[in-house]
Amino acid sequence: MSVKKKFKGLSDKAVGWLFIGPTVLLLLAINIYPLVYAIKMSFTNFYANKIGREPQFVGLKNYIKVLNKEAIWEKMQVTASFMFWTLLLQAIIGLGLALLLNRKFKGNELLTTLIVLPMMLSPAVVGVFWTYLYNPQVGLFNYVVNFFYDLGSFDMIGSSTLAPWAIVIVDTWMWTPFTMLICLAGLRSVPNYLYEAAEVDRASKWQQFIYITLPSVLPFLLLALLFRGIENFKMFDMVVELTSGGPGSATELASINLKREAFEKWKTGYSSAFAVILFVTIFGFGNVYVKVMNKIKER
Amino acid sequence: MDTSRSYLEPSSFSKKMAAAIIIVYAVITLIPISWMVMTSFKNVDSAISYPPEVLFEPSLEGYVNLFTNRSRQSQEYLDSLPAPENWYEELVRSREMVITGPSKFLGRYSNSMIIGFGSTFASVFLGALAAYAFSRFRVPLKDDLLFFILSTRMFPPIAVAVPIFIMYRKLGLGDTHLGMIILYTVVNLSLAVWLLKGFMDEIPKEYEEAAMIDGYSRLQAFFKVVLPQAMTGIAATAIFCMIFSWNEYAFAVLLTQFNAQTAPPFIPTIIGEGGLDWPAIGAGTTLFLLPVMIFTIILRKHLLRGITFGAVRK
Repeated sequence: MSVKKKFKGLSDKAVGWLFIGPTVLLLLAINIYPLVYAIKMSFTNFYANKIGREPQFVGLKNYIKVLNKEAIWEKMQVTASFMFWTLLLQAIIGLGLALLLNRKFKGNELLTTLIVLPMMLSPAVVGVFWTYLYNPQVGLFNYVVNFFYDLGSFDMIGSSTLAPWAIVIVDTWMWTPFTMLICLAGLRSVPNYLYEAAEVDRASKWQQFIYITLPSVLPFLLLALLFRGIENFKMFDMVVELTSGGPGSATELASINLKREAFEKWKTGYSSAFAVILFVTIFGFGNVYVKVMNKIKER
Repeated sequence: MDTSRSYLEPSSFSKKMAAAIIIVYAVITLIPISWMVMTSFKNVDSAISYPPEVLFEPSLEGYVNLFTNRSRQSQEYLDSLPAPENWYEELVRSREMVITGPSKFLGRYSNSMIIGFGSTFASVFLGALAAYAFSRFRVPLKDDLLFFILSTRMFPPIAVAVPIFIMYRKLGLGDTHLGMIILYTVVNLSLAVWLLKGFMDEIPKEYEEAAMIDGYSRLQAFFKVVLPQAMTGIAATAIFCMIFSWNEYAFAVLLTQFNAQTAPPFIPTIIGEGGLDWPAIGAGTTLFLLPVMIFTIILRKHLLRGITFGAVRK
């Protein structure tokens, strides 16, 4: 460390602060300040559209209101079932595709790129064009389904039993490649000598899969599901454009409800309390999940 | 790293089966995208015919409708006009309409470009600086600081949108390009720092130390030696930031209206007579998706590496 003085220019410490400073300041201003502000507002009866009025402190009233509202629990249920089905399907299909791609056949890389395309698209724009595919009169999706199994006329977006599946299908179509890529990275990281040793021990292919492949890819799969879980808990854009939460509130996810309370009814205090509750939920679940994930990894 | 499996290589039959299934999946998954591109070249009638038309007479009506505003006119009025000057006017006239002016699409598209490139440049630049410092220097509370940077990604955008909305209104940043550039820069920063730190860690310290012994200052060594070495990582990170800013919808729809709105909130609002104008929406979607698809295919190696990077390192 004594050689430091010999170099010209700023000291390492100064350069360090110079380099990290702007990032930390920006994050504080645009991320942390709004969050603190939202927490503060959640204890008041503030309405962001009424500029002149001084907000009053109301204690925990907003939180009690949110937690006692039956409709909120319905939204949470809609969100939970959306997350359950999308994560389950993306885990199974994504892992399956990764296992197939890992066979390294010809044209492998090009096919991977093509499969990945849907996840590069704008979710809002994806939502719009799926309303066309799902159109009960002229939609391609309806045509294809009827081609294989005649259901007659059905409306994926207009029916409250089908709409939740409509958003699950689109999300799965769009994001399965993500799980697939992460799993593929996991599969490629398994050292060959494990398989070679298993061959020597005369382990069957099936045993190799259960005892070598699956345990090594599992941490990667869990990590992919963590990212997807966080994203789908916050899901807003694609669903807003596809079903806008309807019909009724069949696909009204937590984020969509939050947007209605905050930007249509302008109940800033109430919606901030809801936002804080959502944030604590995702943070809590995320933490527990990471702990479990690390336990599995250690084994 | 050599990952070939010597005698464990899968049999040629199982390879062929795998390839067949993957090809089927790829075809199915590309149908929605190809359908939208096809729709953009249909005319309004053929877009709403049933059964859906796979073979159709191509038309540029969707693209004309995307870029223009039109109004319906009576036949007498149309007859009284001088002959149409160009092909697109003729096309619109054949629908008993006249062009009243350009649509907002071009403006929205260029907003997407300005905000996308501006914020990508800023987040990659700031991210590279921070990543370098985290990678090379002893920073107090390093791990906490890194986790703090990552955790900012967990906030639902709607949760912070109201405070940002109020703050921007006070600062005069509401509905401005600068405001959106700053916002997207910050959202992307956490990812940029994390990705770039991984890439910086891979560059041997000896490179810049050698340069510094030759008389470079730390700053010069960073800009002239480290940055060029990190170019692959910077490219991968830049693509991610660009794709995010390009596709972002929630903040754009909540915080902008006239001046700085990007294309994603605009495309769904394209409405023709009697419902949505599907060829025009198809055209808007196609033009909007085109840069991302080209990017993805050209830069696939960097991109795939970037996606799996975080996972592989852990």
